[in-house]
Amino acid sequence: MGSKVLIVEDSKATREFIAATVESVPGVEAYPTASGLEALKLLPRHRFDLIITDINMPDINGLELIHFVKGNPSYRDTPLFVITTEGREQDRDKGMALGAAEYLVKPFQPHSLEALLRRYLRIA
Amino acid sequence: MSPPAKGLSEFVAEANEILDLLGRDLLVLDEQRRSELDPDLVNRIFRGAHSLKGLSGMFGQDAMADLAHAAEEVLDRLRLGKIEPSAPVVDSLVEALDALQALLSEASREGHEGRSAERAKLLANRLSSLASFGPPPSSDELDEIGLPAQIRAVFTEYEEHRLKENVRKGVPLWRVRAAFDLTDFDVGLAKVNDALKPLGEVISTLPSAEPGAGSGIAFDLIFGSKSAAERIHQALIELPAKLAPLSGQPAPAPSPVAEEKAAAEPARKPATTKRHRVSVRPRRPTEAPPPARVELPRLHAEEGPTPTERREPDLSLRSLTQTVRVDIRRLDSLMNAVGELLLIRANVQRLAESALAAGAHAVSKLWGQELSRECRALERKLDELQTGILDARMVPLGQVFDKLARLVRRLAREAGKELDFAVSGGEVELDKLIVEELSDPLMHIIRNAIDHGVELPDERAEHGKPRRGTVSLRAEQRGNHVVIEVSDDGSGLDESRIRQVAVQRGLVVADQAQEMNRRELQNLIFLPGFSTARSVSAISGRGVGLDVVKTNIANLSGIIDVSSEAGRGTTLTLTLPVTLAIIRALMVSVSDRTYAVPLNSVLEIVSVEGSEIRTVERREVFSLRGRTLPFMRLARLFALPERPLSRHFVVVVGLAQERLGLAVDELIGQQDIVIKPLGGKLRHIPGIAGATDLGNRRTVLVLDIGALMEEVISPERRAEFI
Repeated sequence: MGSKVLIVEDSKATREFIAATVESVPGVEAYPTASGLEALKLLPRHRFDLIITDINMPDINGLELIHFVKGNPSYRDTPLFVITTEGREQDRDKGMALGAAEYLVKPFQPHSLEALLRRYLRIA
Repeated sequence: MSPPAKGLSEFVAEANEILDLLGRDLLVLDEQRRSELDPDLVNRIFRGAHSLKGLSGMFGQDAMADLAHAAEEVLDRLRLGKIEPSAPVVDSLVEALDALQALLSEASREGHEGRSAERAKLLANRLSSLASFGPPPSSDELDEIGLPAQIRAVFTEYEEHRLKENVRKGVPLWRVRAAFDLTDFDVGLAKVNDALKPLGEVISTLPSAEPGAGSGIAFDLIFGSKSAAERIHQALIELPAKLAPLSGQPAPAPSPVAEEKAAAEPARKPATTKRHRVSVRPRRPTEAPPPARVELPRLHAEEGPTPTERREPDLSLRSLTQTVRVDIRRLDSLMNAVGELLLIRANVQRLAESALAAGAHAVSKLWGQELSRECRALERKLDELQTGILDARMVPLGQVFDKLARLVRRLAREAGKELDFAVSGGEVELDKLIVEELSDPLMHIIRNAIDHGVELPDERAEHGKPRRGTVSLRAEQRGNHVVIEVSDDGSGLDESRIRQVAVQRGLVVADQAQEMNRRELQNLIFLPGFSTARSVSAISGRGVGLDVVKTNIANLSGIIDVSSEAGRGTTLTLTLPVTLAIIRALMVSVSDRTYAVPLNSVLEIVSVEGSEIRTVERREVFSLRGRTLPFMRLARLFALPERPLSRHFVVVVGLAQERLGLAVDELIGQQDIVIKPLGGKLRHIPGIAGATDLGNRRTVLVLDIGALMEEVISPERRAEFI
């Protein structure tokens, strides 16, 4: 059984870049969504092995999404990465405080995301 | 692996979208500068810069990322209330946007970082120094209201700031709990937001972490509003939402005063971002909301609505937008395919006709009829297809207008002029290619209006005019054409000086210049090499004259006209076709050659006796219902042998207010044609817009009505005759 990764990122080009990186790891399937609301729709339909979310998004922002995920028994054990940009340390720290496992700072290299994915999804 | 190169076009498209939106929003910000800022607007601009930074960084566009970062820092301070939206701040942001645009177009050409990169660096430094101003952070009001820590932990820095702002202004805070079914909560949430926004500010939307019953999902909206509880209740009455004071806050007593104030205040309307934005000025709704009915809602008596039972989890993966981006070349190739289908249809039609004509055989006649009928059905469908593709190519002129509005701001400042820029008709749609090609000519015309049209404030005051000038840009669709007008209320064209310059430069002879009517005289400004500007300024001194503008417009099958009144101002009018791709044409023949006349300029066809043709000022004319029209023999124009005819078929064509009669030998019929541009030496033959393939593998030339009109009315042409 492959692993499923939920991606929440409002920038289309970045979202596709992340999805492509995620799918470059064998056996991993990417589920890209463009907003917190879309992610909320998708969450109950799949058992995700990992969630990657941006913080600054319209409608539901990343912090609100983490709060939701971590407060819900069905999802709270799913590891979650936040994507931030330099200069937004305060929001990043909040994300980590809310229970994010890792953070990535844009612009990041595909291999750093790939390494994290392999570690958390236990893929050699 | 670095971000894939094929992603570059994706990057450019998305960055462009962000920049367009930023451009519109910055204009609104500039308008609001002196009054109270709409926090949603400022936050949206911040988010735009933020997204652009992240996006550019991911795609290795460091110069863009750095500048966007600097702008983001300023915007962050701005939205957190740490700096004021002063003129230098807004100006720098607008400039940064221009620079980002320039960097993006360099990136899209995959060129090296050029001058734009240097400019961007300077700008980034300037922005950084602006961002470093500002008062020390305010004390933490949130401690005082005793917000639950677990809620506070979820707020972004910005949300926290908005919360503080509301507390500081004494705005009561509410928690609106809304519960929905999983299948359509986005729609429900949007309704709740729409209901709340006119009454205050939705600060945060938290999906509730408490596991809800069944398949539902609940949200807590943190809402700041001065409106009375009843009013908010009223707004939510039809919705699955409950209102409660945010814990820690004293329950606000319904205060009729606050209520009235809230109603009297113009509702903060988030700047509209839809593509049909017409005016640069945000329109604020001023009508008061309907009076609240006195009907006490039950506050806590009812349960949150139970979501309807779970439906099959289908279709909900739909993305929230319904738009696709398509490369225009794909549409072009579809259009070509349609063009070819039309040719095939014409061939089949001909086969059907010959089958019908071979009337001796009853069977082939029957086949012919069948084939004819199918052909007509095919034609209707092809029509639909064609219209559909043409529609997909249409974009609103607003795309160009918004960019021009930014330019006007800068130009006026540089020229030391005070002016308002009024825009209307941004929703009018034109073919994407035409819109693209229009931006340079329009920019040039507007530069001229600012540089040579509108006077300096003092000079205006001397003439009893308001110090602030007005430049307006209006677009309007009229049938198959779009008319764009650029007017200013400046000094107008100096006719005696035009006459003097035209004679000096040998464009007309003195006698001729004296005889010209006002309109002919004013149109001399479009002749190559004509310029009355006494000084070459940074604004207009780019070595491009109005003749180039005219050529550009003519290349789009459009015409340009000027009208001006001394002391009152000048108006330039551009008349353009809605699309260039496929047109319906009237096929005519002259000396056994076929020409296509675009049907959208054909007004009527009349028959004219040879004796009705008169000669006035060396030009042949004829009368049509009391109006004298130029009579143009196509055969003579194209140096073909003329047939001696006693009656002429005359195709009366018109563009804007001009009329012209084209004498032809025969009328063949109507046909849809795809115009293809002529290449090489043929490109600049006056009077020919392009060529088209006909079904029977023949190529015919398409007449350029605008250019033919010019031939007739242009004083230059008259000069040649003399």
